[in-house]
Amino acid sequence: MSLRDQLTEIKEKGLADIQQTSDLKALNEIRFHLLGKKGPITAALRGIKELNPEERPEVGSYANKIRDAISEAVSNHRETLENAALNAQLSAEKIDVTMPGKPVVQGQPHVIQQIIDQIVDLFLGMGYEVLSGPEVEEDKYNFEMMNLPKNHPARDMQDTFYISKEILMRTQTSPMQARALEKHDFSKGPLKMISPGIVYRRDTDDPTHSHQFHQVEGLFIDEHVTMADLKGTLITMAQNIFGDKFDIRLRPSYFPFTEPSVEVDVTCFNCMGKGCDVCKHTGWIEVLGAGMVHPNVLEMAGVDANKYGGFAFGVGPDRFAMLKYGVDDIRDFYLDDVRFLNQFSKRGN
Amino acid sequence: MKVSYKWLKQYLDLNMPAKDLAEKIERTAVEVDSVAVAQDGLKKLVVGHILSMTKHPESDHLHVCQVDVGEDEPLQIVCGAPNVDVDQKVIVALPNSRIGGNVKIKRSKMRGIESSGMICALDEIGFSKDVIPKEWADGIYVFDDDVPVGEPIYKYLGMDDPIIDLDVTPNRGDMLSILGTVHDLAAIYDQQPEIKKPVVDEDSSLNIDQEIQATADDQLAKTYKLRVVEGVKISPSPAWLQIVLWNAGIRPINNVVDVTNYILLKYGQPLHSFDKDKINGTVHVRLAQKGEQLTTLDEDEHALSADDIVIADDDKPIALAGVMGGFNTQIDDNTENVVIESAIFDCFKIRKTAQRHNLHSEASQRFERGINPDGVQDAVDEAVSMIKQLAGGKIARGTVNASEYHPQLPTIYITAERTNHVLGTALTTADIKSIFDRLGFSSETHQDGLNVTIPARRWDIFRDADLYEEVARIYGYDNLPATLPTGRQSVGILTPTQKLQRASRTALEGLGFTQAISYSLTTTAKAKMFLMRQSEETKLLWPMTQDHAVLRMNMLSGLLDDVAYNHAHKVDDVALYEAGRVFYKDTADQIRPEEVEHIAGVVTGNLTNPLWNNHVSPVDFFQLKGMVNQFLVNLGVKGDIEYTATDQYPEMHPGRTANISIHGHYVGFLGQIHPRIAKQFKIKETYGFELNMQELIDLPKDDNQYQTISKYPSIKRDISLVVDDDVTNSQILAVMNKRGGAYLSDVRLFDVYEGDNVPDGKKSMAYSLTYVDPRETLKDDVVNTAFEKIKKRLTADLNAEIR
Repeated sequence: MSLRDQLTEIKEKGLADIQQTSDLKALNEIRFHLLGKKGPITAALRGIKELNPEERPEVGSYANKIRDAISEAVSNHRETLENAALNAQLSAEKIDVTMPGKPVVQGQPHVIQQIIDQIVDLFLGMGYEVLSGPEVEEDKYNFEMMNLPKNHPARDMQDTFYISKEILMRTQTSPMQARALEKHDFSKGPLKMISPGIVYRRDTDDPTHSHQFHQVEGLFIDEHVTMADLKGTLITMAQNIFGDKFDIRLRPSYFPFTEPSVEVDVTCFNCMGKGCDVCKHTGWIEVLGAGMVHPNVLEMAGVDANKYGGFAFGVGPDRFAMLKYGVDDIRDFYLDDVRFLNQFSKRGN
Repeated sequence: MKVSYKWLKQYLDLNMPAKDLAEKIERTAVEVDSVAVAQDGLKKLVVGHILSMTKHPESDHLHVCQVDVGEDEPLQIVCGAPNVDVDQKVIVALPNSRIGGNVKIKRSKMRGIESSGMICALDEIGFSKDVIPKEWADGIYVFDDDVPVGEPIYKYLGMDDPIIDLDVTPNRGDMLSILGTVHDLAAIYDQQPEIKKPVVDEDSSLNIDQEIQATADDQLAKTYKLRVVEGVKISPSPAWLQIVLWNAGIRPINNVVDVTNYILLKYGQPLHSFDKDKINGTVHVRLAQKGEQLTTLDEDEHALSADDIVIADDDKPIALAGVMGGFNTQIDDNTENVVIESAIFDCFKIRKTAQRHNLHSEASQRFERGINPDGVQDAVDEAVSMIKQLAGGKIARGTVNASEYHPQLPTIYITAERTNHVLGTALTTADIKSIFDRLGFSSETHQDGLNVTIPARRWDIFRDADLYEEVARIYGYDNLPATLPTGRQSVGILTPTQKLQRASRTALEGLGFTQAISYSLTTTAKAKMFLMRQSEETKLLWPMTQDHAVLRMNMLSGLLDDVAYNHAHKVDDVALYEAGRVFYKDTADQIRPEEVEHIAGVVTGNLTNPLWNNHVSPVDFFQLKGMVNQFLVNLGVKGDIEYTATDQYPEMHPGRTANISIHGHYVGFLGQIHPRIAKQFKIKETYGFELNMQELIDLPKDDNQYQTISKYPSIKRDISLVVDDDVTNSQILAVMNKRGGAYLSDVRLFDVYEGDNVPDGKKSMAYSLTYVDPRETLKDDVVNTAFEKIKKRLTADLNAEIR
């Protein structure tokens, strides 16, 4: 058998052995055995010196090819074996991904807080400042400076918790109008403020009444602020809170501290204006009161009503939340049932 | 005010459906509560004629009637009404009809006798018992003879008339009358209604001065008028008048009282009728004297106050002025001579009197909101004319005017420029003038604008702003443009306080607390719990309930109420916080409390749900402490946060409560709610904290600061020591931090052990100490030296045994 034939035989046997191996350790041994110094190729090559000098390079080169072929075959087969081992491991590690994730702890802002923050953020963007005032208020600010003198029949519209003859639980956030007007320096710019807070009425709690609820007061006074500006501002608010499809309408109403006074309706949430039981088939739902600040209110706060004027509005976040989410009992907001509160966990709306 | 559409149509050309009219009123004038047609929902109710009647053989009160209902054969109907009689025209509910309350009437047998329908009383077809005349209150209704048999009943009872219920705002007292409503609708629809002045057919033989005299304090009654009709015959009013009244929600009484109520509805002018022969001497309008009593028409007796205006004769009060007449001078069936009063009483006094005696009548409601001073005479004139027409008698010549008031009509100057400036419109002077024309306000051009004269019937208008409203509503709010304000700019940003308050909420929510809002008004007992400083309570003068009578002086008690509510609804795991105000008073004399921002939280049960891979244990003190501490770190208050054991709060567990201070300032506390309090609230083991948020806002803050993270490796050493039970972690930390050397960067308590191998009264505590040098690699011997020093100090200062 020629040397060349010997080498061919070594190669073929070697390749066959490699392919049959199913274990990485054995594969290494085969490689070591075939390509090592004591291996058959090395042994066979010892016979090269018996060949003609002209034949030697050709056989030497053939031997190197065989080495390379074996080396490559080992490397390929190693990869195959490694992949098979990894696949076996992965398959053993398979889990049921439909099982629940580990619970994490997260609290939620109260739904009314969410509405208030939404209103506050909108008006901050329009350049309003945010003011907060006392919940225990003077009759003077809550009523008198809001153009509601003692004995005014409109005081009956707001049953009041009194602490003394002159001190009461504020029935509205409107006293912040008077307080802000008194303080504001109009030479420095317009007065634009909103004031969220808790208010109190002497009501018996039932699904639509609560002795404690929230209001957000808004006030914009400058040299030229119109009722059309009020309308535009309220449309902006309604669409920001409820959505682009909502429209508003103004209806005449009466508040002693605004003139003209309007009640503001927004498109019915339930029927989107078509008319249903919720909106008494009008397509509209009353959401807030507003108007042009009464000159008496400006004058009582020391503001020149001939030079300055503007609008005010009062929003009820409780009512907004009830309408927006279809909550049918206002008391739900103050019972703090975790199952209720945790429903309002969607962020970014 | 319930307004009859048919009545309005007597003055105005209105053809739209009532619903559309109501919508227009709502958008232009006042709110509309409802539009109702009484016949809606009723079916097959016709006028029947009782042809004959026999007693029911099996009953002592039932009658068997043969009733002609306009069909070929009469119907046999069994009727139990006490006043049923032959030849009456009655309300018949035919078989398969529907009566009030959505009740269906079917052919049936009553004690063995066939009954094909039902003869109805008014309340059975939907009338409120409050408006049914006394004569028909206990039996069936009987029509006038001229009502045609077989016809549907509705128009003969006014049930086909749409009734628009106006919710009149306090400023629009003028709309509490048909004429006032007509005036407003005339402006809205641009029509000219014809309103006739009443003509009085006086009897020249009777002179008012000889009939009655009166005196009036014009501070109490600006206008006080009396007229007299003699020789009347009291009887029920005709059906048309009864219909007008019951459709307005007023019960018909008799032909004199009904006229006064009719005038009240038409003019908005309350009238009162006295039986002249029951008045002794002169009529006086005066304040009541202390101790005087009056029984009003509803037969309630009232002890009068010296602030009540009364009408009195020479002896006694005979009416509570403007509120309700006296029983002693009321019109009864035998009354022959009547005195009709038409007046304007002081609105504030009437309001107080109505409140004081809890008598809110149609009259008081109108006096409170104002009366048209120019309608007082017309009202009484039309009243006496109608009485003569309906009850006969002679009208005495003239009117007693004990006081009289005709205000100067106000003239207000407005310009188109100013109107547009306020409304944002682009109206011309002519546009505005035409609106005033429609309203019936006369106006004349003056300089660049208009001088507008306001008629007496609109006493709510007295300055320019009031006129802008008139222009705006008649022009239509829908026609107003929608713009955003232009002009001087401003920046809208939250103040540092507001930012911190927002941050405090998101921080707590991130830590697992859900925001709660509970009631600020609570019980005395709860208001006084968990006091962080000495304070008196702030009480309401007239609370609605004792549950909400006192202002809270802590937030925790409200949160415990919330926990109790959740527990009661089978929710065991609760983590809530609330940001709000507490109300402190330093002394009992202080009236107005100080309002302080607080923030508080409670946790009970598990923070997360136990699951196959989530093995939970209920919250404890240290769980809450970790949360509160992280919260305080987030707020960035400058200085160290310290926790010291306290038993100062009776509502907290005396061994599991810590006061919290930052840089030496007391800011609040945390711990376990006292088991006794938990039991009282019916809640499980609960932990809570309360912090003075105002204090946290006011304390100086640290900004976020960046420090290079050391590139050099740190070295750790663990130490285990046995100390006496009463040695605290904080004492050990103090020693370590003081004696730890420059490179000690962190100390962690990783184990606490009591029991086997630790002597009684001792505990083993194990700490892990980390050393790091930011500038170079630390050498072991440097750390060893520092570590040995700590061991030595712990042994010396705290008698610790190092293990």
